[in-house]
Amino acid sequence: MDKDNWILLQTICSHYQVESSFFTNLRDLGLIEIEVIEQSLYINENQVHNLERMIRLYHELEVNPEGIDVVFNLLQKIENLQKELITTQNRLRLYEN
Amino acid sequence: MAFIDYYKILEIDKSATEADIKKAYRKLARKYHPDLNPNDKDAERKFKELNEANEVLSNPENRKKYDQYGENWEHGEEYEKARKQQQQYQHSGGQQGGFEGFSGFSGGGDYSDFFESMFGGGQRGSHRNVAFKGQDFKVELHLDLKDVYTTHKRTLTINGKNIRLTIPAGVENGQVIKIAGQGGEGANNGPKGDLYLTFNIANNTNFKLDKHNLYATVDIDLYTAVLGGEITASTFDGKVKLTVKPGTQNGTKVKLKGKGFPVYKKEGEFGDLYISYNIVLPTNLSHKEIELFSELSKLREK
Repeated sequence: MDKDNWILLQTICSHYQVESSFFTNLRDLGLIEIEVIEQSLYINENQVHNLERMIRLYHELEVNPEGIDVVFNLLQKIENLQKELITTQNRLRLYEN
Repeated sequence: MAFIDYYKILEIDKSATEADIKKAYRKLARKYHPDLNPNDKDAERKFKELNEANEVLSNPENRKKYDQYGENWEHGEEYEKARKQQQQYQHSGGQQGGFEGFSGFSGGGDYSDFFESMFGGGQRGSHRNVAFKGQDFKVELHLDLKDVYTTHKRTLTINGKNIRLTIPAGVENGQVIKIAGQGGEGANNGPKGDLYLTFNIANNTNFKLDKHNLYATVDIDLYTAVLGGEITASTFDGKVKLTVKPGTQNGTKVKLKGKGFPVYKKEGEFGDLYISYNIVLPTNLSHKEIELFSELSKLREK
């Protein structure tokens, strides 16, 4: 497999000083995907953004992986609602002025 | 430069203990943390204020200084002296790391002028988490509806760097486009951040837009409406000839297929244009006209 867009999990563990069990917990909850490439654990670059949010919630607000799952579900809901709001506001322009 | 009431920010009173401060800070951080409040500038501002309040009040030395000079900080001679001393400390590195306390939240960093003036700008709390992935940039792009009728290229200058982008036709107001890898540099070979472009599209045309369909009103005179005829109407990018049927009622809608707005990322696909007729009645009638209308009216009475 091409390793270009994959990041060694160990690199992230040491950067954030987070134990690797935290990541396997997240994986077990379906929050991230971990790939095994040549017997090492990797995560795809496109997951780093969300992963860093999870790490911040864990470190800074002491939210455990289950709590992070709840937070992410709610954030997804907020995002959908915000999109719906924009669409509705755009439609509203039809009836204004 | 205004005085900042750090106690008020943390919603505690002056007699609060260190434990009270920590508790108040944690509680409010759970409310205003930027990761829990995406796209919320108020929350972001509040979170910064919280961090600042915490950095001052959770450090006994800073809290003492803050309490001592309080609202008169700007005028007090004592304050001036303290400030000079403070600078000396800084030069000697005496207070490095003095703000760490139990902070370490990301999203701090920006301090108010008040804070910088009282505690100096040099001593940033060393934040525990420098992001591995580079910072994401968020940019709002203000365009006119006419600009997004066609796919075009545009050069944006973001943080001193020129980025050439293709803006696809039909991009919608409020839409966000992510451009991967155009954000800040990562740390320790981490990936670059991304650029998020939010489109703010103003409509200064006579057309109203709903998704890909355009709506417009066209005036026609009474005679064309009654007797039928040909008119020329404007489309978004040109003109079109329309045949008005005899006996057309006011408010009649005509659908012009494919004359609407381009569909985002679907080249050659367009919405429809709906034209409503607004029949304009003649005013300031001459005697002759009144006579003729009366005659017409009488014909209908029979």
